[in-house]
Amino acid sequence: MIKLKLDNVNKQLGGARILRDVSLEIAAGEFVVFVGPSGCGKSTLLRLIAGLDSICGGDLLIDGRRVNDLEPRERGVGMVFQSYALYPHMSVYDNISFGLKLAKTEKTSLRERVLKTAQILQLDKLLQRKPKELSGGQRQRVAMGRAMAREPDILLFDEPLSNLDASLRVQMRNEIARLHDRLGSTMIYVTHDQVEAMTLADKIVVLNGGRVEQVGSPRELYERPASRFVAGFLGSPRMNFLPVRLQTPGETSLVNTLVWGITALPFDSTNLAAGTHLSLGIRPEHLSLKAAEGTAGVVVTAVEYLGSETYVHLDTRLEEPLICRCEVSAGWKAGDRVELLPDIDNLHLFAADGTALKRHPHAIETLPDGVLLSPARASAL
Amino acid sequence: MNLRLLKKALLRLGFWCLIGVLLLYAVFPFYYAIVTSLKPSSALFEVSYWIANPDFSNYAAVLSQASFLRAIGNSLVVALCVVTLALFLSLTAAYALGRVKFRGRGTVLMMVLGVSMFPQVAVLSGLFEVIRALGLYNTSWALILSYTIFTLPFTVWVLTTFMGQLPHELEEAAIMDGASPWVTLTRVLLPLLWPALVTTGLLAFIAAWNEFLFALTFTLTDTQRTVPVAIALISGGSPHELPWGLLMAASVVVTVPLVILVLIFQRRIVSGLTAGALKG
Repeated sequence: MIKLKLDNVNKQLGGARILRDVSLEIAAGEFVVFVGPSGCGKSTLLRLIAGLDSICGGDLLIDGRRVNDLEPRERGVGMVFQSYALYPHMSVYDNISFGLKLAKTEKTSLRERVLKTAQILQLDKLLQRKPKELSGGQRQRVAMGRAMAREPDILLFDEPLSNLDASLRVQMRNEIARLHDRLGSTMIYVTHDQVEAMTLADKIVVLNGGRVEQVGSPRELYERPASRFVAGFLGSPRMNFLPVRLQTPGETSLVNTLVWGITALPFDSTNLAAGTHLSLGIRPEHLSLKAAEGTAGVVVTAVEYLGSETYVHLDTRLEEPLICRCEVSAGWKAGDRVELLPDIDNLHLFAADGTALKRHPHAIETLPDGVLLSPARASAL
Repeated sequence: MNLRLLKKALLRLGFWCLIGVLLLYAVFPFYYAIVTSLKPSSALFEVSYWIANPDFSNYAAVLSQASFLRAIGNSLVVALCVVTLALFLSLTAAYALGRVKFRGRGTVLMMVLGVSMFPQVAVLSGLFEVIRALGLYNTSWALILSYTIFTLPFTVWVLTTFMGQLPHELEEAAIMDGASPWVTLTRVLLPLLWPALVTTGLLAFIAAWNEFLFALTFTLTDTQRTVPVAIALISGGSPHELPWGLLMAASVVVTVPLVILVLIFQRRIVSGLTAGALKG
């Protein structure tokens, strides 16, 4: 069932277009994360849904009802703010019950609901405290309790964890995930932290420059990014991009990669001209290294040791160094010469405008003898 | 090392000297007024800096004058009304000016500031006409109206500044909770503005309490006069005698409540003037 629908929503602010034709469908009970770099419009989009900002064009529907002109309280949404925005002069109990009191909830059921909310969030023992007597995580929970108390169908979170320290952030992240499982309400969550996005979301919406770049499950986005932007945004260290040139267009593209010579890749480039500049994306974990002989291969410039893994930086004489994620036991050192072996199933090819070329499903079978062609064989083709 | 210690000691000495001078400058007139008020009129012109044998006859004389007590009552009523009215109006104005973004907001604020630059004398005759036309002449309302006019620019500015410093998300949280602007103002923002309200209210009170020119112009009879005018009109036994003892006693009676008020709210004032920001 579709809970919330955005239909070509636009937002302008003093001539600047902050959101352009955003269309989106969110199912009931889904956990949706808006993610993107700062200034991409993700917070604005959340505020439009909340009703704190007005929509300039397009429709916002909740349960099939157009709510563009409704007050926030009439939309059935609750919001958790980045700075918590607790009422400093009220106790935890009053903070949570404020909205209920304004909605003229009957006294006994008000008390019941506050206590129930407090219990879910483990705030039972803190109800008489003032916000200044609470720790960061507790304040965060009170902020969630305040948003939840009126039992809204949709809960909105605006970067709720960005004020917490790293360990508390992980803990609160788990609590939010558990809360979602327990309440089953629709949640929309804004963050610029891709780990939060990947771990929490049923569905990630990547925004860039006021536009939706891609919508999909974390796995879809990570494994099949629709654009170079999404590919570069998700994943840490970020995806390596190599400038390449299209040698022969076709259902399987022959591409001149500079590092590996001419290579056949399973991407459909039928409508592109030969000689087009493309960009080849490889995630650091999809590169493996092999010791090179003599002066062949590329030079390791730096090794970052992270305990569970190492990041090996490689000088390819291209714009940026390549980064490869290796096991610690491989023991690479700066100055080593290595050969690069890409995992052909996990490469991405992007056109000059950033869109991903379509992966050809059967391309691998058409290349029976391995994935890479030597420069000599390629030139013979 | 010694030199540094010496320098430090000298600096400290200079600092306290300066404070002494300031204190003398600020407190000595008031102190001398107290000394004078406690002397019988016969000892009035003997210069002495200490209170040798306090004589309360001046106080008894002043406080036994019904018109003086009446004036204190008038002053109190006028000042309290001005404070209430000015705080209410400026609080609501500050909510609009500090919280709502609208075209011409800066212009309005500049105009408010501009109005506060007019000297009292410049508007005196015009205001007099207004008060006559409204039929308020020789009533407390004339003073309440004119003082409020002169207090508002200041209170609006101060409260707007404080209001602007309150975090925006607090108000948005209230909106999400379903609060109307009035509820947001009174139940969320107002409790956080108490220090600012106390500060501005006290300053408005002092201004209204001490005002002389309007009080002299807009009131005529003893029953409507406020304290500053009443003191100015205290006269001695003959036209050639100024009853200094009485005057000083009256001044002290009028000033002491203010001093006490300021001392009580001192901490609030300081926190009100410095801290506007609050941490969630």
